[in-house]
Amino acid sequence: MSATIRITLPFHLQTLAQCEPEVEVQVNGVVSVLSAVRALEMKYPTLRGAIIDLYTTQRRPKVRFFACANDVSLLPLDNELPAEIAAGKEPLMVIGAISGG
Amino acid sequence: MSKVRLLVGTRKGAFVMTSDESRQKWDIDGPHFAGWEVYHIKGSQVDPNRIYASQTSDWFGQIIQRSDDGGKTWQQPGTPAGAPATDEQGMPLAESNKFVYDTSEETGKPLTTHQWYDGTPHPWEFKRVWHLEPSLDDADTVYAGVEDAALFRSTDGAQNWQEMPGLRGHGRGDEWTPGAGGMCLHTILLDPTNPQRMYVAISAAGAFRSDDGGDTWHPINNGLVSDFIPNPTAEIGHCVHRIDMHPNNPNILYMQKHWDVMRSEDYGDSWTEVSGNLPSDFGFPIAVHAHEPETIYVIPILSDSLHYPPEGKLRVYRSRGGGEEWEALTNGLPQENCYVNILRDAMCVDRMESCGIYFGTTGGQVYCSADSGDNWMTIAAHLPPVLSVEVQTLD
Repeated sequence: MSATIRITLPFHLQTLAQCEPEVEVQVNGVVSVLSAVRALEMKYPTLRGAIIDLYTTQRRPKVRFFACANDVSLLPLDNELPAEIAAGKEPLMVIGAISGG
Repeated sequence: MSKVRLLVGTRKGAFVMTSDESRQKWDIDGPHFAGWEVYHIKGSQVDPNRIYASQTSDWFGQIIQRSDDGGKTWQQPGTPAGAPATDEQGMPLAESNKFVYDTSEETGKPLTTHQWYDGTPHPWEFKRVWHLEPSLDDADTVYAGVEDAALFRSTDGAQNWQEMPGLRGHGRGDEWTPGAGGMCLHTILLDPTNPQRMYVAISAAGAFRSDDGGDTWHPINNGLVSDFIPNPTAEIGHCVHRIDMHPNNPNILYMQKHWDVMRSEDYGDSWTEVSGNLPSDFGFPIAVHAHEPETIYVIPILSDSLHYPPEGKLRVYRSRGGGEEWEALTNGLPQENCYVNILRDAMCVDRMESCGIYFGTTGGQVYCSADSGDNWMTIAAHLPPVLSVEVQTLD
């Protein structure tokens, strides 16, 4: 099973990947944050390690994931995302966490 | 006709500035890597078109960039556009951004912790590359000084990095502590007369020398006095801010320490204070004139709590005798209401016949003197805070 999903990226990752604010990627199997980020890294190799840490294989501490108006940052990375994400109706949002003003 | 190329790293990107030998008119190209911190950017002496840059972010991690055309275009080594290096699963490797500490038993020194600010053990955590030092004889070999402090080397153009574990494993690495800016290895000096000899400096562990190409290291902090540590003359624990040397006099080293300007005449085995008549001996950068090995430059900062020039006057100080007696250089520099800082990697000299001196400030100014510091001009006035300035003299 393959799904075309939408992912929005913060400015710094757009410049790193030299891409638009929103991109489409092809995800095989269950659509999760992990599978979505891996698909993103396949399409834009320069993003490898910028969202999921190369050493810990965990979400970078100052990166958050939003899906359908919910913060899914603290859920297991391989949790299945909502059907709206898998259907491409809603984007998976990758956010640079904002701390302070 | 010679020209110079200035490589400027800032909090919001990198800038490449070029000028002819007059150094009066400058073309500014940038920002490269807009929005990202560029801690350091430096070109190879072997191949001046080969430039390495450390692009980094507290949010998105470390990116190593490389240019092979003098800074016009950039790539992550190993992942050129359109031709990703992939593993067996087809995933891009991103190996150029992997700085993995050596914890192997084979090295005999599997360090796991250093000391935190409060003296408690703290695990080593890679944060960023502070300094990139290209080899003097091979464009594909480059050294990286990182936070948490360690020294890495690449021999394939920055695609793969290996720690040089003898430094952290010198015997007391578990006692190293961070300085105010983190525990960073920020200075790498290569002796042009002896490829086996190299130096590094770490805040706040001190200075170290290797005489065997980086395999083994020992502290060279004899003579340093730091009142902020329990034993002010301890072997390690000193907050060394920068070291420099002249290539013709590699036995003589100059150091700007947290406080004190120091000089060594024996490859760092012992140090003598040469702060002399400076208005403050606190500061970050220190540089040696390209053609006069005893002429050195510092930029005094008021104190460790007040990171701006004394009296709000931006003054470069020059000593023509290797320290102790200093003269203020002010012509063209702001002499009132100036409260910027100049960071440790943000001053350098070119090799033109009339030696050029350059520095950048946390206020976003980049200054140039084309006459050894007598007169200064502003190259750029409104950049993001400047983290580093390096210059290439191109024939």
